Amino acid sequence: MTGDNVIEVRDLVVALGNRTILDGVTFQVRRGEVFGFVGGSGSGKSVLLRTIIGLLPRRSGSIEVLGTRLDTATDAERRQIERRWGILFQQGALFSSLTALQNVQFPMVEYLDLPQRLMDEMAATKLEMVGLRKADHHKLPSELSGGMTKRVALARALALDPELVFLDEPTSGLDPIAAGDFDALIRTLQRTLGLTVFMITHDLESLKTICDRVGALADGRVVATGSIDTMLQSEHPWVREYFRGRRATALFSRPDHGTAGSPRSEA
Amino acid sequence: MGSPPSLVARPGSGRIELTAEGSWTVANARNLDGLIDETVRTTPPDQPIAVNMHGITSLDTYGAWLIERLIRAREALPGRATLYGLPERYHSLYEQVQRSERKPASPPKHAFSIPAKIEWLGRATAGIGRELTAFAAMLGALVVSLGRVIANPRSFRLTSTLHHLDRVGWQAVPIMVLITFLIGCIIAQQGFFHFRKFGADAYVVDMVGILILREIGVLIVAIMMAGRSGSAYTAELGSMKMREEIDALRTMGRDPMDVLILPRVVALVIALPILTFLGSMAALYGGGVVAWLYGGMSPDIYIERLREAVSLTHFEVGMIKAPFMALVIGVVACAQGLAVKGSAESLGRETTASVVKSIFLVIVLDGLFAVFFASVDM
Repeated sequence: MTGDNVIEVRDLVVALGNRTILDGVTFQVRRGEVFGFVGGSGSGKSVLLRTIIGLLPRRSGSIEVLGTRLDTATDAERRQIERRWGILFQQGALFSSLTALQNVQFPMVEYLDLPQRLMDEMAATKLEMVGLRKADHHKLPSELSGGMTKRVALARALALDPELVFLDEPTSGLDPIAAGDFDALIRTLQRTLGLTVFMITHDLESLKTICDRVGALADGRVVATGSIDTMLQSEHPWVREYFRGRRATALFSRPDHGTAGSPRSEA
Repeated sequence: MGSPPSLVARPGSGRIELTAEGSWTVANARNLDGLIDETVRTTPPDQPIAVNMHGITSLDTYGAWLIERLIRAREALPGRATLYGLPERYHSLYEQVQRSERKPASPPKHAFSIPAKIEWLGRATAGIGRELTAFAAMLGALVVSLGRVIANPRSFRLTSTLHHLDRVGWQAVPIMVLITFLIGCIIAQQGFFHFRKFGADAYVVDMVGILILREIGVLIVAIMMAGRSGSAYTAELGSMKMREEIDALRTMGRDPMDVLILPRVVALVIALPILTFLGSMAALYGGGVVAWLYGGMSPDIYIERLREAVSLTHFEVGMIKAPFMALVIGVVACAQGLAVKGSAESLGRETTASVVKSIFLVIVLDGLFAVFFASVDM
């Protein structure tokens, strides 16, 4: 492993058709931190995530994840890296024909050669770690609520004990209580398992409570990175509006401001 | 991957001392699984075990669980297992795993048994009844919706109907004409090939004309329609159902019957007779081309023979059947579409069922019509 950076993106340019979405994106995510990524709707956050994990082609620039240059990696190297990360898609992306337990087992079946008993035990353990009740383990995704779907998807992302997890808007579509619980869960698991978390979010509350560092994407570039305090001092117009707008001011001016890094409620 | 894990036993004073070393992680999970099982099997049950975790280089949930499995396996025995020396940084992970339930939820059983098979048979039979009910219900709802439209013609969705008419009618013309043309060619060619042996060349035209106008034209077009448009209806309505569009429609006070289903079925009922007509003509044309090029029968004679062989009755028989077949295809396709549940698999299942059922029913209907027309001398 080279250095402390788990993700290192340099001068990344991505275009869809002839529209340039990302124009020279550069940032680093350090080992063991929760890195939050913000940006307006349509600013290319999801494009960035999809490019890093290899679903979209890049035009130029380099992407290094877990010490491997992904843009030049062979398929075999790529598979090795894919084993070491987990991804939580925005809508959960659970396989609709498999039960919750089978969804969590899916990566184990694909990547590992393990006895069925161990896979059953591990999948059940993971589901319990994310707080899914035992009665729900054999339900199909269509029978799960939105919050439970996200939990199962998180358990699936964690199935292979990855070092790095990508979360695409983990709290979107959840009520504030469920979102708070989910934030706390992410924080707890991140500490317990020693994860590095790369998280795309719109949720100011999540940014404030669980992110160690934040990056802001605007005009196809990363216009600011750093702690919430750095963000609050940034003079970039979009960042200023985002972090010092009406909703943000109400949140960040509360007396408990500055506790970034602690879960908003103990799970 | 790290160094391979190991669990070395050393008999101590009154207890067995196990020393864990190496990397207890997912990459080594298979080895660890064997290691733990063997330890559980080979250590005498009355000897206490102490596991020294000091030497491990890394631990994840897999390693932590396997250690926990050893501890749990010895719990009920006189010689319990205990853990010590676990590096500080893994404490919270181990505690988390320790909290997990003793017994995983048991999956629903699928064991083979005679009563289960009988139950399955019963359920399948009841399922057929339910499907017939669903078919009848859809037909009834369609009639009610039609009644509403007749009472208040302005509520009819003309734009939507025309849109679907374009899709299932106009856009289907090229493929329908091509296929029926080829079928006509094939029937004529086979006719000439076999009838020639008996010197009955002239009767090929009778066969081609009657067969195509009464049966083949409408059947081929209806079957193509079930595959081409019925499946599209089912998939469309099914994915609308999955994305709650149909529920949204209902909450806005619009009956999906009026908005989605009636225009589709009406379009099908209008399109199928037209396509049947075009298809039959194309098939007769194909028969004529083969008669000329392969059978050596000039077009004039072919048309003359055709005029003698077929009557308006044959044509009517074919055309009367067409709208009923369209109705069956439309009703089955829409009923299956609304039966789609949440998963992608269910969408696929219902689409398959839609095509299979509508083709089956089209053929059954054709048989019933044959009986009917025979008894009314048509």
